[in-house]
Amino acid sequence: MQNNQHNPFGIKMSKKPLTKNIVTLTALVIAFAVMLVLSEAGILSRHMRSMLVPVCINIILAVSLNLLVGFLGELTLGHAGFMSVGAYAGCLFSIAMKEILPMAIRFPLAMLVGGLVAAVFGVIIGIPVLRLHGDYLAIVTLAFGEIIRSVIINLEFTGGAAGLKGTPQDSTFVIAFIVVMITLILIINLVNSRHGRAIMAIRDNRIAAEASGINVTYFRMLAFVMAAFFAGVAGVLYGHNLSILTAGTFDYNKSIELLVIVVLGGMGSIRGSIVSAIIITLLPEVLRDLADYRMLIYALVLIIMMLLNASPRFAAVKAQFSPAALKAAAAAKKAAKEGNANE
Amino acid sequence: MSKLVPLPSKALVPERDADKFPILDVRHLGIDFGGLTAVDDFNFTMGRTEIGGLIGPNGAGKTTVFNLLTNVYRPTRGSILLDGVDTLGMSTHQVNKLGIARTFQNIRLFTNMSVLDNVKVGLHNSTKSNLFASVTHGPAFHKAERKAKERALELLSVFHMEDLADAQAGSLPYGAQRRLEIVRALATEPGIMLLDEPAAGMNPSETAELMENIRKIRDTFQIAIMLIEHDMSLVMGICEGIAVLNYGKIIAKGTPDEIKSNPAVIEAYLGKKEE
Amino acid sequence: MMDFLSTLISGLSLGSIYALIALGYTMVYGIAKMLNFAHGDVIMVGAFAVITSVSMLGLSPVLSILISIVCCVVLGVSIERIAYKPLRKSPPLAVLITAIGVSYFLQSLALLIFGSTQHSFPKIINMPAIELGELTIRGNMLITLVITTAIMAGMSIFINKSKTGKAMRAVSEDRDAAELMGISVNRTITITFAIGSALAAVAGLFYGTTYGFIGPYTGSMPGIKAFVAAVFGGIGSMPGAMLGGILLGVIENLSKRYISTELSDAIVFAVLIIVLMVKPTGLLGKKINEKV
Repeated sequence: MQNNQHNPFGIKMSKKPLTKNIVTLTALVIAFAVMLVLSEAGILSRHMRSMLVPVCINIILAVSLNLLVGFLGELTLGHAGFMSVGAYAGCLFSIAMKEILPMAIRFPLAMLVGGLVAAVFGVIIGIPVLRLHGDYLAIVTLAFGEIIRSVIINLEFTGGAAGLKGTPQDSTFVIAFIVVMITLILIINLVNSRHGRAIMAIRDNRIAAEASGINVTYFRMLAFVMAAFFAGVAGVLYGHNLSILTAGTFDYNKSIELLVIVVLGGMGSIRGSIVSAIIITLLPEVLRDLADYRMLIYALVLIIMMLLNASPRFAAVKAQFSPAALKAAAAAKKAAKEGNANE
Repeated sequence: MSKLVPLPSKALVPERDADKFPILDVRHLGIDFGGLTAVDDFNFTMGRTEIGGLIGPNGAGKTTVFNLLTNVYRPTRGSILLDGVDTLGMSTHQVNKLGIARTFQNIRLFTNMSVLDNVKVGLHNSTKSNLFASVTHGPAFHKAERKAKERALELLSVFHMEDLADAQAGSLPYGAQRRLEIVRALATEPGIMLLDEPAAGMNPSETAELMENIRKIRDTFQIAIMLIEHDMSLVMGICEGIAVLNYGKIIAKGTPDEIKSNPAVIEAYLGKKEE
Repeated sequence: MMDFLSTLISGLSLGSIYALIALGYTMVYGIAKMLNFAHGDVIMVGAFAVITSVSMLGLSPVLSILISIVCCVVLGVSIERIAYKPLRKSPPLAVLITAIGVSYFLQSLALLIFGSTQHSFPKIINMPAIELGELTIRGNMLITLVITTAIMAGMSIFINKSKTGKAMRAVSEDRDAAELMGISVNRTITITFAIGSALAAVAGLFYGTTYGFIGPYTGSMPGIKAFVAAVFGGIGSMPGAMLGGILLGVIENLSKRYISTELSDAIVFAVLIIVLMVKPTGLLGKKINEKV
């Protein structure tokens, strides 16, 4: 079954994921190098330069959310909540350590702190929430996200509604990119492992996964906590990229924006999430005239993507133009040609 | 086919399993759904290499028994001893680890994953790679993955499905999906495998092949297999001990020949004869 | 004591608005088996329809209310036709994402048309306050309470006695069996969306009169809270939605008055989480067993 032409039953072959991901990572490194050179050479506008870190942050957020939406198959609407918890934890850590530790030690530690605090919140929230599924899970994560936001606004040490000031602005493009690469490698590795298979098995059929010896509760929690961890790390990067951190930015609209990125890139596609995170982050800056229509476009993206995915006609068109199908068509053409030549 | 002999508990198992501890010993099992008794006083013992059958009219409670055995439902009464261990209060994945695997009446595959990965999920608990190895892909990870892949291909070869390893499970033809479900169950290294209507939707020649394969699996893996099936040629052809369920209760137990001539069974299937 | 009573009454009034919205949620959830995330935004559209007809076009209140109801019904039914119907056989995740998309769409469209400023809602309900000893009950609260109670009573009769109501219950129980019995599932779902949206329009009217201001995002919070109410009462159960809505309104008002205004939303959400943990099927919901 190496070749599609010997496959008359319409059996779909799955792709080799690892080679595909190596290509993705290499492309990303090249893109990074180009942007870095352009940025250092002063060719990039100041505005574009300011977008480099946010792009990295959104890649981390989207890929970690994809772990839940695409691989675990559960929609959570509280991703921004974990991001905010991580951001506040990391920023408070950095503020406290500003005079004590040098940046090279302080910042990685801050990211670790932010990630871990978000992960702990992931466990605390996950224990009640992960007993639920589907719509209930989505709405309860939304509820938790909103609770986190209102609590942060009402606390003293977080700066309240006025925001948290005094965080050292440590986030640079190079550091953010390194974090992106680490995140991607860890998540891609996870997905292509025994643990990742267990998570995807739960997505495809929870009951069968359980019957195959998968501890469904554990693996749902694992995915949830991992996603929370990386959202927290992204939050730290975010907090160290701004002069004031306000809880208002981590509302449910932020979670929706991340969902748009994941859905546009394709649920379960890491490469898709990366490309779509770059596009969605840069789009409003590139098309400034369309700024008012941004939300409208997001909404339409969500609806249209879902309707297209459900449409059998679109699936047929997509299959026709998939790389495998194109290769098969080319091979068939070649075979036909050779056949003619032999006659 | 070996004849049935009584154990000290008076339960019948094939003669060759008589000196070994039974793999499954179910006593007085029962479950009520909101006042309605779905299964009651279910007693059943399986020898370690026995092929057993559970038959009965639609709605008799056969799949409910499977759900009880795999702890999908919690029994209202009675006990299940799996390899001598009482499984009360365990979760489904824990009893799977203890040695019970199953297939489903309505096929439940991991449809978006490859055939190979479906089997690898079955191998989950025997694949030795911890979370750290999984996220770092170190040498230990690659070794464990290689072993899992070899084993998965070996298991697929039982049904000559190695060539389909890279196919997407959901795109397989119906018969292959049923076979893959059996392979996945086998991969969890069960002591007993429960097959819920394995021949459903198969034509007579496929059924005959399946019958051969079930026997082959039992002989190769030395495990017990219990099946729910409506195809009587299959049940009578390979089962050593058969239990007939009607309205949640066992109405007859015995060898295929005994079952065939049991008046209670005939009545359950064909209705009471007019006097 | 008087303070507590008046908080309670305004809580009841707010709660009855939640109940109206929750009724729409629960009906759609029961019949179409989906969480119509955009339901709350239909309220906002209904309120804007009133604002446009009264303040901009100068129409009479009664006519504007009718226009608002018609707008919402048309909107609800079109949303179902365009966005949800093609996804009947899709996984729940896809439907949920689409519903979020629709909600977002309505919000951003309203933002483009009406801007981000809050528009004041016309005072179309003029009813003097009633004084009972020291207790003063505002007129619009009384009207809200009376009308929502009447609507809920009407809905109960409709669902239990009318042919369409029976068809709705049948579809909610078992869609395939209902289809085999000659009930048109598509038609029933359309009717459900129409009724739910009409209720949303009425809720929008009362919400507007209660708070006085409407903006593009006005619908999302009461929408989500009404969903909380529906879950609280037991999703799929109409008496549950009414009970849940009223309880939630009371809880919200009491916590606003006696705990903290800023944290009242958090408290409402905490209620949702506790209910789902302790009694996932809600106060009056039925237990659903997953078929293996």
